[in-house]
Amino acid sequence: MRRELGVANVLSHGFLLFWGALTVLPLLWMFISSFKSNAEILADPWSLPGALRFDNWSRAWSGAHIGQYFLNSLVVVAGSVTLTMLMGATAAYVFARYEFRGKQVVYYLFVGGLMFPVFLALVPLFFVVRNAGLFGTWTGLILVYAAYSLPFTVFFLTAFFRTLPTAVAEAALVDGCGHFRLFFQVMLPMARPGLISVAIFNFLSHWNQFLLPQVLMQGDESKWVLAQGLAALSVNQGYAGDYAQLFAGLTIAVVPVLLVYILFQRQVQSGLTAGQLK
Amino acid sequence: MRHGKYPLIVTFLVPPVLLYVIFVVSPYLQAFQISTTDWLGYSADANSVGLANFKTLWNDDYVWNALKNNAILLALVPVLTIVLGLFFAAMLNMGGRKGRAGVSGVRGSSFYRTVYFFPQVLSVVIIALLWKEVYHPNKGLLTSALNSVGLGAPTWLGDPRTAFWCVLAVMIWSNVGFYVVLFGAAMSAIPKEIYEAVMLDGASRLTTLWKVTIPLLWDTVQVAWVYLAIFALDGFILVQLMTNGGPNFSTDVIGVRMYDTAFGSETKFGYASAIGVVMFFLTLTVAVLALRASKRDRIEYS
Repeated sequence: MRRELGVANVLSHGFLLFWGALTVLPLLWMFISSFKSNAEILADPWSLPGALRFDNWSRAWSGAHIGQYFLNSLVVVAGSVTLTMLMGATAAYVFARYEFRGKQVVYYLFVGGLMFPVFLALVPLFFVVRNAGLFGTWTGLILVYAAYSLPFTVFFLTAFFRTLPTAVAEAALVDGCGHFRLFFQVMLPMARPGLISVAIFNFLSHWNQFLLPQVLMQGDESKWVLAQGLAALSVNQGYAGDYAQLFAGLTIAVVPVLLVYILFQRQVQSGLTAGQLK
Repeated sequence: MRHGKYPLIVTFLVPPVLLYVIFVVSPYLQAFQISTTDWLGYSADANSVGLANFKTLWNDDYVWNALKNNAILLALVPVLTIVLGLFFAAMLNMGGRKGRAGVSGVRGSSFYRTVYFFPQVLSVVIIALLWKEVYHPNKGLLTSALNSVGLGAPTWLGDPRTAFWCVLAVMIWSNVGFYVVLFGAAMSAIPKEIYEAVMLDGASRLTTLWKVTIPLLWDTVQVAWVYLAIFALDGFILVQLMTNGGPNFSTDVIGVRMYDTAFGSETKFGYASAIGVVMFFLTLTVAVLALRASKRDRIEYS
């Protein structure tokens, strides 16, 4: 009986390690290859680098403008997450706490957006953004990211605001607190755990956007976001044969995200899984 | 007491509603209208052609080929991902030594969970580019591993017979870890007393998994199913960056078809919108069907 369990234990560890290796190996390979010379990469993909060649990294950072794209992504995502959270939280608060005519209609208008594939909107969206004079601008991307994140954000936060105790809000109103102050000084602080989860969820999904910038940010390369820059680097690498630069570029993009994830993994995991469990 | 609530409702609701209507609702509505025109993009003239685009679509072999690929993805990606996800989640949560509580997790399960989740925080772009290198015929990780043990390797993404399966494998690779975490969380929410009772009745570990854990997880599996089905109907980024639908259209999917039609060499916006409308109804149908099919046998613990 005992031995049988021992075997089961070894077996389960075996399977788990196998998948762990399968997950880590490509990433580790990318990281190690980012230090290799192109000749080394071609000669044997499994070998270790002869030296730590950080010039690959600097070539990717400035030569392939990955640094610039990284900063562009930061600017866009900082703006879009802030805007999403502000608009999502205010709308969700109204839906959760106030009664007015047509509330259901507006609420379902928002939440309905969860179901639609973004592809359908792509062509007209291109023209909506262009006609608004926002084509190829960060402002355009920020507004679009925020608009497409509202369905989930509103849905999640409305449910969250509903769970907060009403007694506190009523007490504050009785004490003569205005509706605006009530929101900013009482409700927002109470909703912090929910806000953080949604913010992380939105941060990752905006940071990883590819389709929307690809359509709305064609042309002017200096404004591209990271995903576009990496895709272009991958295409160029095919012509130039500079594999090390591509691996360095990918590593530059991966390392900060993985570090943030490892530091905040519980919030990230709960934020992302809550995102699916709607 | 309640005076002054309308200023707040208006200030809080009007900006988000405006943003949402301009950038989300109006494009969706326009898309339906554009799909009935012969609009070729940048010129102003778009003539209404009724359902002609949909008729062309019906006879478009490229679209059918892409749909076929989406159908295979739809049949395989959710099943394989859920099975692997359940398998590893069960290993993590029930693979440990038998304790008093009946089941326990393996040692280091939080470490595994952290690592498995990696692909979920990486952007699909990075996953696509990285795996494209892994599959590279000369310098790729996979080929040289096979070569070093004396096995020949196909050209992976370059061969119409293997390319599709290579992309499918990446889809599963990138999703499994997430569902391990999702199912793992649901498993740890199952009351320990249930396991104690089952163990007292002498059930084996496998029976426990099959007869107790999985039925209790059914709601979560159902959610996973819907999301993976929607994911399988998309597949745009992975395919576009890894193979762009090739070689010889063997990996083409409907999203790539639509993107090429709209933003490729010809800007057939009317026709592309028609493809978008078809995608919309397919996604909706699949979501509704998946929800329906998995609604049976709901078990709740009270």
